[in-house]
Amino acid sequence: MKKELIELRVNGRTHELALEPSKLLLDTLREDLQLTGSKRGCDDSSCGACTVQVDGIPVLSCTLLAASCEGQEITTVEGVSEHGSLAAIQKAYGDWGGAQCGFCTPGFMMTVKHLMAENPDPTEQEVRAALSGNLCRCTGYSQMYEAIKAAIEAEQKGMAAAK
Amino acid sequence: MNEFSVIGKRIAMVDAAGKTTGAGKYTDDLSVPGMLVGKILHSPYPHARIKRIATSRAAKLDGVVAVVTGKDARNPYGILPVGHDEHALALDKVRYVGDNVACVAAVSETIAEKALELIDVEYELLPGYFDPEESMKAQTDLIHDNKPHNIEKDYHHVFGDPDKALAEADCVMEGRFIANEVTHAAMEPHSTLAAFEIDSQTGKPGRLTVWSSTQVPYYLQHKLSLVLEMPMAQIRVIKPLVGGGFGGKSEVIPLEIIAAIAARAARAPVKITYTREEVFWAHRGRPRTIIDLKTGVKKDGTITAVKARVVQDGGGYCSYGVVTILYSGALLGALYDIPNIGYDGYRVLTNKPACGAMRGHGTVNVRFAFESQLDEIALKLNLDPAEIRRRNLLKPPCVTVNNLRVQSYGLPECIEQVVERSKWRERKGKLSRGRGLGIACSHYVSGAANSIIRSDMPHSTVNIKIDRDGGVVVYTGTSEIGQGSDTMTAQVAAEVLGCSLGRVKIVAADTDLTPIDIGSYSSRVTFMAGNATLRAAEEVKKQIALAAARKMDCAPEELVFRDDLIVRGDDFGKGFAGEGARATQSEASVSGHVEGQILRGSLQQKRKDEGPKDQMTFEEAVVAAIDSHGALTGTGSYAPPLEARGGKHKGAGVGPSPAYSYSAQVAEVTVDEETGEVTVHKVWAAHDCGRALNPVSVEGQIIGSVWMGMGQALTEEMVWKDGMLMNPGMLEYRSPSSVESPEVEPIIVESIDPEGPFGAKECSEGSLAATIPAISNAIYDAVGIRLHECPFTPERVLAALRALKKSKHINLTEGVDPAAPTRFREHGGALCFRGKGPERHALDPGRREATVEAGGDD
Ligand code: FES
Ligand code: FES
Repeated sequence: MKKELIELRVNGRTHELALEPSKLLLDTLREDLQLTGSKRGCDDSSCGACTVQVDGIPVLSCTLLAASCEGQEITTVEGVSEHGSLAAIQKAYGDWGGAQCGFCTPGFMMTVKHLMAENPDPTEQEVRAALSGNLCRCTGYSQMYEAIKAAIEAEQKGMAAAK
Repeated sequence: MNEFSVIGKRIAMVDAAGKTTGAGKYTDDLSVPGMLVGKILHSPYPHARIKRIATSRAAKLDGVVAVVTGKDARNPYGILPVGHDEHALALDKVRYVGDNVACVAAVSETIAEKALELIDVEYELLPGYFDPEESMKAQTDLIHDNKPHNIEKDYHHVFGDPDKALAEADCVMEGRFIANEVTHAAMEPHSTLAAFEIDSQTGKPGRLTVWSSTQVPYYLQHKLSLVLEMPMAQIRVIKPLVGGGFGGKSEVIPLEIIAAIAARAARAPVKITYTREEVFWAHRGRPRTIIDLKTGVKKDGTITAVKARVVQDGGGYCSYGVVTILYSGALLGALYDIPNIGYDGYRVLTNKPACGAMRGHGTVNVRFAFESQLDEIALKLNLDPAEIRRRNLLKPPCVTVNNLRVQSYGLPECIEQVVERSKWRERKGKLSRGRGLGIACSHYVSGAANSIIRSDMPHSTVNIKIDRDGGVVVYTGTSEIGQGSDTMTAQVAAEVLGCSLGRVKIVAADTDLTPIDIGSYSSRVTFMAGNATLRAAEEVKKQIALAAARKMDCAPEELVFRDDLIVRGDDFGKGFAGEGARATQSEASVSGHVEGQILRGSLQQKRKDEGPKDQMTFEEAVVAAIDSHGALTGTGSYAPPLEARGGKHKGAGVGPSPAYSYSAQVAEVTVDEETGEVTVHKVWAAHDCGRALNPVSVEGQIIGSVWMGMGQALTEEMVWKDGMLMNPGMLEYRSPSSVESPEVEPIIVESIDPEGPFGAKECSEGSLAATIPAISNAIYDAVGIRLHECPFTPERVLAALRALKKSKHINLTEGVDPAAPTRFREHGGALCFRGKGPERHALDPGRREATVEAGGDD
């Protein structure tokens, strides 16, 4: 298939890329931009490991054509840490054991960031519902809830994450 | 003041930031210049002879660099020395749908996939065997010619006199239990990148480097050497981050060898990453297991004997099978005091992907049967289920009838804790209809006392190096797979050396750099590699103490290492407690900071002027020691003690461990009698891990195990139809999501093992097995049905509920799939298809008539 030139904005930077129109966003991020934080965990959009944000909304990058994201603001896990240090949610996932093998973690980061932005004080039910599109095989999810609670508290206190 | 300064603290894993920022690299995240993509052609048939493979059309496709088949590497291999029955690519036969036939290396995935379609394979179909009990009757068309009746291995063990004891028992309970097949489904699909270097002397391809998602880099290096006929020294295996293993990466998986074969043929680096469907085919999960169990007890509930006949549906290759079937029998012992044990185990070959080791290896399904039956007995004797377990405790230190040595034993406290926290006494049997509580226990090894490859080699070896910068580098072969092994290593080293965690760097799992460690499986890492780290650190500490003692004018034994300071024992309190200590520490870190920058001569001069010291910083002491011998190094290794290695009977090598972990759990469930749906609300899980080195990690492992057990109990099941996997995806396989996952309250019990590092034992597997029977027992408490087959799907629950009410059996799926064979899901699928009829066991809830009779069958 013939390649086309497209412009993608990822984590605040613009990249000009020659891509086949059929190329998926996930493959583009991983192969063309070397942003390997987003993972592929399944063949059928069932795991959520590839979650990124497009204009602030979490989407599965394994089911999205890169070319369709032109002109939109894409955020990947690499764009979550702030000024070279961990964001509150990243610090909290470490402290509370929200990540074991870490393979699902980038996807969860994008989903949880969105949850925290939308709903600053979620109930446990709301947290569970928000996370239900991302699978984790290590943690049983429990320690993630602790981490999210801690991150919300840390943000509310206006505390910067671990310096 | 706390006894320890680094261990026992809740800390983030040392590699956590790499995981939360996406900076950490897993194998599929790596690329090297000129790298090709490898794609594998899989067999569409469960059992067939390969007559001919024609690859020329594929090889001619533009962009294809190499096509390899079985002929390119003919040596068989397998994880067990007795089970070398696999070829990375099939030579003459395929044995399951998904078996590996050929591999294409091409410049892109699309081209490689196109090329696969151009490979012509001519097969001669053979009859397939899908049910182990059928397979055992086979006379012809055997799956492996050297395995008569398709039996991979059978064992018959008798300890004590179980027949006599059963005859003399006051109550004997008998039943058949079935646990269906489950798989690890780690989130990271397997991936391997293989690259050859050109040798400067010969100008030909020389050393091979393999990056792979493995739990066992050393075994991989060993098998690569065997198949590729290269010396091990020419092969370097590096394990990047691994996205979960659970046993699925604890042996050599075909793609790991295929990638190397393809790279050799293509003369270029090749990376292969499995699709999710391929991961299901690679499998090596927990086999479907049929357990006929008989337990005899006295009136007071004390167990007199257990007899078990276990049949495992092992799939097409040996894999870990011989070990799995042995674990099933061996770990009937070491949880309770059972004076007589009889065991008949059959590992059977079938035309499905090979089963192997999965979290709780070999013990889980038998534990489900045993703990369910124990509850049936308690009911019959009118005993409280918690009480009957208390009455059968071991009295350690002891050696069980099947020669397992038990030292630390936290089970009594585990039971106490969960009974207490769940308010068992007040609530058991008193909840509203449809809601119930169930209890169960389990245990697991802290590493196998006998390694797979028989030799006198230590199971773990660790090197430590400290240079003038005061940085402690630990070289360990252990494989971090998310369980926290790197963090454990850093903590143990820092605790022994009395330095801060931040000083410790871990270099792990790279066969060129790190000493041999046999890998991350059977929960051996904390116990074995932890002990090796402890010994290596102690060796280095001795050298530092010698130098420091000289400077401080005291005996080395008087020195205490802690918080980056070295003080004399009698100054211990002064040096560490209260305000003073804090000041000293901040000075210490300032001096540490400055020290790296001061020229050596002036620093030494400064010290000389000072005369003998009453305390030194860690860095000062290190520099003093290095001044006399050069960089500090130390090696420590661990081999399990002889007394822990078990008996002499055939198969005695599997089961013995230097220490066992213990778990007790209470599950609270509700059962919807309309839909048959079971909901787990909460699980209280107490786990004896010896000592919790990092409580966050220990709790994470307990919760993860319980959660995985719940998956097997309620939803997870590999569904087969004529050798085809019907559900090779995460959603169809039904790995539980956050909304389906219960609250788990992890309770840490510390029995302080006499041989564990700081008393620690395993914590990653032992909890899984108790969850399934705890849920099953809770279902009984809720609605009065005893389920003999897991997972406890709505179909099975409904069938049992209807049988209980003696109402008409409904076949919900009748006529739904006209193509369905009559033998679909032979024993299971109560409501799926009619199954084998008379051959179905009497207690199978799928047989309505039989289930009714079973009511009187004790
Ligand atoms: S890779 Fe699994 S949902 Fe996208
Ligand atoms: S941490 Fe391993 S899959 Fe979530």
